[in-house]
This record gives sequence, structure tokens and C-alpha cells, in this order.
Amino acid sequence: MSKSERNRERDSDPTFGDYGGQYVPEALMPALQELEDAYERYVLENEDGFVDEFRERMRDFGGRPTPLQRADRLSERYDREIYLKREDLVHGGAHKLNNALGQVLLAKYMGKERVIAETGAGQHGTATAMAAAHLDVPCEIYMGRTDVNRQRPNVYRMRMNGAEVNPVDAGSATLKEAINETMRDWATTVERTHYVIGSIVGPHPFPKLVRDFQAVIGREAREQIREQAGRLPDSVVACAGGGSNTMGAFHEFVSDDDVDLVAVEAGGSSLEIDEEEGLAPNSATLSTGTDGVLHGAMTKLLQSGDGQIMESHSVSAGLDYAGVGPELSHLVDTGRVTPVSVDDEDALNGFHRLSRLEGIIPALESSHALGYLERAAGPAAENASSPERSSADSRAGNPRDNGDEPRAESYEDLGDLVVVNVSGRGDKDLETVLEETEKRDLEAAPEVEVFDRD
Amino acid sequence: MTNESATAESDVEIAIRENHPALITYITAGDPSLEDTKAYVEALDRGGADLIELGLPFSEPIAEGPTIQAAINRALDAGTTPQGFFELVDDLETEAPLLVMTYYNVILQYGPTADVRPFVERAAEAGLSGIIVPDLPAEEADPLRDACDDHGLDLVFIVAPTTEGERLETIMSKASGFAYVQARLGTTGARADVSNATHDSLARLEEYDVSEPRSEARRAQSDGVPKAVGFGVSEGDHAAEIVEAGADGVIVGSALVDIIADHGEGDAPAATDLEAKARELKRGALRGAGGEVPEPEQP
Repeated sequence: MSKSERNRERDSDPTFGDYGGQYVPEALMPALQELEDAYERYVLENEDGFVDEFRERMRDFGGRPTPLQRADRLSERYDREIYLKREDLVHGGAHKLNNALGQVLLAKYMGKERVIAETGAGQHGTATAMAAAHLDVPCEIYMGRTDVNRQRPNVYRMRMNGAEVNPVDAGSATLKEAINETMRDWATTVERTHYVIGSIVGPHPFPKLVRDFQAVIGREAREQIREQAGRLPDSVVACAGGGSNTMGAFHEFVSDDDVDLVAVEAGGSSLEIDEEEGLAPNSATLSTGTDGVLHGAMTKLLQSGDGQIMESHSVSAGLDYAGVGPELSHLVDTGRVTPVSVDDEDALNGFHRLSRLEGIIPALESSHALGYLERAAGPAAENASSPERSSADSRAGNPRDNGDEPRAESYEDLGDLVVVNVSGRGDKDLETVLEETEKRDLEAAPEVEVFDRD
Repeated sequence: MTNESATAESDVEIAIRENHPALITYITAGDPSLEDTKAYVEALDRGGADLIELGLPFSEPIAEGPTIQAAINRALDAGTTPQGFFELVDDLETEAPLLVMTYYNVILQYGPTADVRPFVERAAEAGLSGIIVPDLPAEEADPLRDACDDHGLDLVFIVAPTTEGERLETIMSKASGFAYVQARLGTTGARADVSNATHDSLARLEEYDVSEPRSEARRAQSDGVPKAVGFGVSEGDHAAEIVEAGADGVIVGSALVDIIADHGEGDAPAATDLEAKARELKRGALRGAGGEVPEPEQP
């Protein structure tokens, strides 16, 4: 059997265990079939040199490969080797371009006249707008009004690149509502439009397509760590909202059983849910969600007992989503990926710590992964636990209980060689960080009064 | 497995054939309250609706336009739950068979685990005749199709303007009750005219012989699945045009929901207006069939 035949066999399956599938209005089904066909021909079989063109553009326009940097001061602080995969250095400031450029190019190969996309933090919208300008394809972006207000720099950037930005006012006016609206646009214009889904979510083949475009993160990291450290890492840590940087970082390591894969979710202010109000003050879907169908796929969801989708929360707009990619749900169920979470405050501390110690201002999304590093391996963890670090089979990773010391024994043992995916840079988050830092007494934060504007 | 209920006659198909051309109406349950819904359903029944679809609200209704989305939000704000919905249906006594229209996740979550069966059992117990699920394409429908067969419920599938060839055949092989022909691309919502896509879709359905019944059992007692057209239908004249184009029924939702939205909670005139609108639509449908059109009833 040739490699392409194997790929075909493997990738024509629309499910990952019990998850995935295609739960969409009938009008969209022919478009999904067309996309499946394009995915197999262009992405898996490199028809018409699609993959070659994509890689060339990712190199020249996108700035790949990104470095895998040894973080000297973090390594010292955590008494182990910490390497950062610098996706913040991709053009546009986040891993999102890997997928956006891939899909916009694919839309062009498919002969689509127009692309649309949803965006939460604005990074996917920005990446799509940039890719669309680069490839000369008209582009419209849907974004919840709440996110428009908290991510203004990205709104400006999208418009600078010629994209139309449509604010969405429904519900909590965040990512979930933006996805609904983009699906409605797609259902109306499906014959000439490609929907550039921004994460490994949605109906088949999107979760596989997006993962394949993002897998470059782990592919590079795997080669780089072998070259720089002489072996594979003990663990790979990445934040998880929808899960595209997560699966991107993990995919090439899934078959390396000795490499632990740790997905850090947004614990928000609490992991408890308010069933009556339909509110989850977190976005920790892998840790606390239940199985259901949202936005085209069976996956884990934050939902009420009646199946209504909860309003989620995270200080990071990019993680604020009540669903998660079906492949991650499957890998969590099978025990291959360990879901953990840190709260808003841990993430903010992670943000400030990396900025101060390493001169890298990370996205608030990535700050969750960095916040977890502190929880699992920082001084507090060591003080609070026995010399024996946490057991590998525990998976709770709960944030502190009522402000008490963290239960260090519940954190993963990350091992001596750790790769952390810095999925994006934090320029877009500065306003949020200032505002949220002012509300709190954060150990890692600088004095913020000097930033007062009037 | 052959079972009794799968071979039983379909209430939905009978309602459409005996009342040809049929009027199928939609409103959202719980908008603005379940009590009002009861009065509105009875009004539509009096006004000549031959089938009544009741929307069971889901927080992410991706196939709906702004009108029905707003109705769903009103119903959720009023605390509408599947339990309350089924209690309403338990109470309803209408001449027109009732169908539930909801999203797949609501069906899956009704029981203790993600499984469609408890919902279907309860729907049958409440006396519902069928189910419509806008985000469930034929590819994913086998578990629900089997559960509906076991409980004698129809499972209605949507045929879109983009549905052609093999897909159309697959859908028609699984459909029962009627084929919901989506008049145009996009989401639900009242429109000022009838889309050309309606005529194309009906012609395509003719071409693909929709009269092929889905099983030997059904072949014995039915000469096929009727076709009803929805999405954008709001006036008697639209209904006439659609029936003239060959449809067995017309489906109207947003135009009725608009009437409900214009009235407040517990507002009796809303029921009167809904009844009058149903009459107008039914008369339009009859006109399209070239049949006898009864004089409007004097108020």
C-alpha cells in the first residue's frame, strides 16, 4: 500500500473514537464533501504541488521554521531544561497563520471566490485577513462584540489588511456566537465561499485539515529538540482552548509513548459551574465537559443537563469557548493527553513572569501553559510537596482551593526536559493584562500605576 | 428486525395526503411562555394547519435566521426545558399531528447519557408524530432513524438547494413523513418572494423519483414521501405559487413567529392573528392546487 493510500484510508474516517462526525445543516454537506475531496487530493497527495507551495509561502511569508529556544532563567527557576517553541515569531504573532494560510491557499486551489472566518481573540481573524490579502482573496470576519471591544488592536489589523469585520451581538457576544454567525453566512453562500475554521473544531474534515496544517509546530520541535538536547522531551506542554496549537504541538509526539502531553485549559475564576444561570466561569472543557454535539462535531462540551451550551469564561479571549476539538477529547479519554487547568490569576502571573525573566511577552492563551509550569514545577510546588514530585498518573491539576496553597501532589511530573509551546505573542492582550493586573495583587507583576493614562 | 410500528401508517403522511395541499406551521415552544404556546397551537389548529411543528429551543440554533433565533432566546429566557415541553405536548389535543423540531444535542442529552432513545421514547409517549433535526444530516442519522422506527415516529429530512445526485437518493431512502424542501440557501426567515431555487429543487426531486418508499414495509402501504417546501414562505400568494410548482405542502415559521413577537405575554389577540394567518396560508395553498377555495369566515 502506498503512503497516499494509507493516508486516504486513515483520513477518510470522520471520527476519532466516539468523537467528530458531521452534524451540520444539509445545505452544507456537499461543501464538506468537496472539502474532503480537496483535503485528500491537495493536502495528503500534494496534487498540483499544493504542499510545496504552502511550505514555500510559510517560509517566505510566514517566517518558518520558528526557533526552539532554551529558556535559561526558566530552566534555572524550575531546575530542569525548559525549551520554548516560539510560535509567537510566526508572521502576525501567532501559530494561527499556519492554518489560515493553508486554508486560504486551499480555497484558491478549490476555486472559491471568497473566504469567511470567525475569531475570538482576533488572532485567527488577523491571520486569515493577512493570508487573504497575501493571496488576493476577499475576506469577511465575524467577531463577538465583547471580543471586538477587548481585542481592538487585532480589529484594526484585520481592517488594515482589507478584511471586513462584522461584530456579533448575540448571547455573550464571544467566540461561540461568532461561529454560529459564520456558519449562517456559509449556509447562505456555500457555493462560492470557503469557511476558514480557526481551530481543530467543527465538522469533518476540518479537525484533521487544521491539525495537519498545525502539525508543523511539533514536527519542527521534535527535530529541534533532538538536535539541541540530544533526545526527545519528557513532556510537551501547550494551552488548550479549541485546541489547534495543542494538537499542532502534540501530533508528531502522539506515538512517542515516553513523551507526556499536557493540555493546559483555562480554569477561569473557578471550575464550578452555575447550572441555574447556564454559566461556566471557566473554559476547561477537557477537564470538566460532557459529551455532546456543538458546531458540527461530537465532542466534550460545557453544557447544562438539558443540553444547552454554557457561557464560558477566561481572561483570555482566545481560550473562551465551550467546546474543544474532537481529537483532543478522544486523546484525553484514551489517556494519551492529560488535561490540567490553571486559573486566570496563574495565567496572568505566567504572563508577567515570562515577560520579566525571558524578555518575551506571551499571549494570554500561552500564559496558561506558563502558569502551569509554575504550578507543577515552581518553588510553591516544591515547598508544598514531598521531594518526590507529583505522580504521573494523577490528572487533577485543579487550581487552588479557596486561595489555599495549591495541592502540588495533584500536578503532573513534567520531567527533566520540557517543551512549552508559546503559541502567540501578547501585544494584543496588553490592555486586558493591565486592567486585570490592577484588580489583583500578583506576585510576578510589575507596578502598574506608571501606566495610568490620565 | 421488523416491528409493528415501522409498518404502521404514518400519521404525518396521512395528514398531508388527506388535506392536500397541506399547511405545515412552525412556532417555538415557550415563546413567550408554554401557556401561550398552548393557546397558539390550538389557534393554528383551528385556522387550518394540517401539521404543526413545535420548536424545542437549543441555545445555538445555527440553521435559524434572526426571527426564530430571537424566539428561541425568549423561550430559553422563560425557562423552557424539554421536560416542560413534553408536559405541554401531553396536554395538547389537536386535530393536526404534532412534530418536534430541535437540534441534535438536545435530543442526545435528554437521558442520563448521550443517547437518543430516551428522548424518542418520551416523544412517542407524549403523542408526537415525528421529529425534525436541522443539524442532523443523513450520514449521522442511523441511531435516531432506528429509534424512531421502533417507536413509530417519522423522521423528516431536509433537502437543500445544494442536495443533488447520490445525496438526494440517500436522504430519500431514510426520510419518512415528508421531505422538507428548503426553498433557498441560508437560514430560516420570512421573505418577500418565492425563490427560484424552489422550482429547481422540486424539479430535481421529481427527477430522482422521491416516491421511492424507504422500505418494503412502507412500499406496501404508501406510494412515497410527500414534498413540502419551507424557508421564506410568508404569504398566501407564496403558498399558491409553491403548490402550483408541485409541492404537496407549504411550511411557514418565521411569519407566524413575527406575529407572536409583536404581541406580549398572555395576549389573546395573538391567537386570533395566528388563526387568521393560517387561514390565509391554507387558502393560498388551495388556490395553488386549483381547488375549491372556501369563503373566509366572517369575524
